[in-house]
Amino acid sequence: MSGHSNYEFKNPVVNWLDSRLPIVSLIKGQAMDFPTPKNLNYWWTFGGILAIMLVIQLISGIVLVMHYTPNTAMAFASVEHIMRDVNYGWLLRYMHANGASMFFVAVYIHIFRGMYYGSYKEPREVLWMLGVFIFIAMMATAFMGYVLPWGQMSFWGAKVITSLFSAIPFVGDPIVTWLWGGFNVANPTLNRFFSLHYLLPFVLAALVFLHIWALHVPGNNNPTGVEPKSDADTLPFHPYYTMKDLYAIMLFLMVMFAFVFFAPNYMGHADNYIEANPLVTPTHIVPEWYFLPFYAILRSIPDKLLGVIAMFSSLLILLALPWLDSSRVRSGKYRPIFKQLFWLFVFDCLVLGVVGGQPAEGIWLIIGRIATAYYFLHFIILLPLIGLLESPKPLPASISEDVLAKSDAKSS
Amino acid sequence: MSTVEEVEGTRRDFLYIATGAVGAVGVAGAIWPFIDQMNPDASVRALSSAEFDLAPIEEGQGITVTWRGNPVFIRHRTPKEIAAANATPMSDLKDPIARNVNVAEGSDAADKNRVVDGKEQYLVMMAICTHLGCVPVGEAGDYDGWFCPCHGSHYDTAGRIRKGPAPRNLDVPPYKYISDSKIVIG
Repeated sequence: MSGHSNYEFKNPVVNWLDSRLPIVSLIKGQAMDFPTPKNLNYWWTFGGILAIMLVIQLISGIVLVMHYTPNTAMAFASVEHIMRDVNYGWLLRYMHANGASMFFVAVYIHIFRGMYYGSYKEPREVLWMLGVFIFIAMMATAFMGYVLPWGQMSFWGAKVITSLFSAIPFVGDPIVTWLWGGFNVANPTLNRFFSLHYLLPFVLAALVFLHIWALHVPGNNNPTGVEPKSDADTLPFHPYYTMKDLYAIMLFLMVMFAFVFFAPNYMGHADNYIEANPLVTPTHIVPEWYFLPFYAILRSIPDKLLGVIAMFSSLLILLALPWLDSSRVRSGKYRPIFKQLFWLFVFDCLVLGVVGGQPAEGIWLIIGRIATAYYFLHFIILLPLIGLLESPKPLPASISEDVLAKSDAKSS
Repeated sequence: MSTVEEVEGTRRDFLYIATGAVGAVGVAGAIWPFIDQMNPDASVRALSSAEFDLAPIEEGQGITVTWRGNPVFIRHRTPKEIAAANATPMSDLKDPIARNVNVAEGSDAADKNRVVDGKEQYLVMMAICTHLGCVPVGEAGDYDGWFCPCHGSHYDTAGRIRKGPAPRNLDVPPYKYISDSKIVIG
């Protein structure tokens, strides 16, 4: 990233520029020639998919702002104006709304891939932690963006989530008033959420830059979890992975646009097409689907402060993951017990997601409590313990050996 | 390069710390306007009181009014509801404090401390669930008082939390009677 490059370019103008600002050699070294393990599977394409999703959200968001009005008297109507009057407004808004959902689909797959293949382990702890910060910034951005159309779910979602801070002892209520800029969620709240919703994606972009920087120090992890040992283990990023990523991006966008064109409101709530009313709470308020597991954790604990603490802990515990997993074997492929617990954990998160969408009563409350307990059990007890107890399968000597063993098995 | 003997507490150390301290105070002072601008502005603070006439509210009827942009419940309670609230032993209450700024601080949550003496039939309280701020639904829940649909908090006929995640009884706003049937909130 710094210092003099070893590249010599044939074109004298490029050479002149590169010796003054080594941007051409940076791109060539980091985005084209970058040595990448040759065995990356399709689960690894979600990094590229996420980068594209961020760009789509930025572009569609910037143009939506050209037509949107962040004022409680006009916000709801201006969104309808976008839907009905603005040329292709319906497309831009549905892209942005479904894009947010698909952004989370991709990030959840990306996170679970990192968990399965042990991508958070030494020397990639900082890379992983930056990823957690990106995830948190994404959640904040999505939450504030959902408030902007000023529908019933916007309003009550904003009210419930900001009220979480009132659980803080002593300073809780002044903090909530400060967040609202009044005694209730109102115009000042909408204005500041709009401002921050516009800012945060650029913070995200900066965090993504650091994430990629931290990735390019040790290089990619891979399905075997064995670091590349020679040139035989790697391929240049371009064209091998630019093309593979592009193919995956195309497939992913086909799924996204299937929603945009054929079921644009499938992942939303009908109640958000009712303008915000501070006097009436919808009978069943639920956050967007991507928040449901965390919402379930919040509701499963009968105490307000402890519920809030549990919810934030469920996110922040991810920061400690590199140190909670005691196994020296990186990839879950070679860890027979971990592999099963991983899928159990995925199942647990899905159960939490389902529970979060149900009313907080009866059997759902009990299932939610068990699933919440298991979520923390997985991180605090199981991960440290099984690393010590299980005997991993033998690792391949190198990526190359693993790949050749597989192709031999296929041809014979 | 020659080295200088380090002496404890030189003039230079003092200047160094003093400069740093002044700088820190200056930065804090410069940040404050950027933080405080988010607090309620003058136009919001100005909407501090509102008057309401209770006479048109029939027995067994409840209305929702707004004060400072927030919903307030005013309910004309039936004798049965008042009796139910009075019959509840204090030991059954999750939150034993009145949560009424109009009575002495720390008063217990007996029904009489939730209303104005002689006007027991009118229950005035913020329509804001003390859990996460939703508006509870009236004449609902296990105690026939209020039920919050968001996270399942049950309040009784005096607006006291009985079951669910809410930590406090529904807050009674500051209000007083300005005539036999008129109140001013705030």
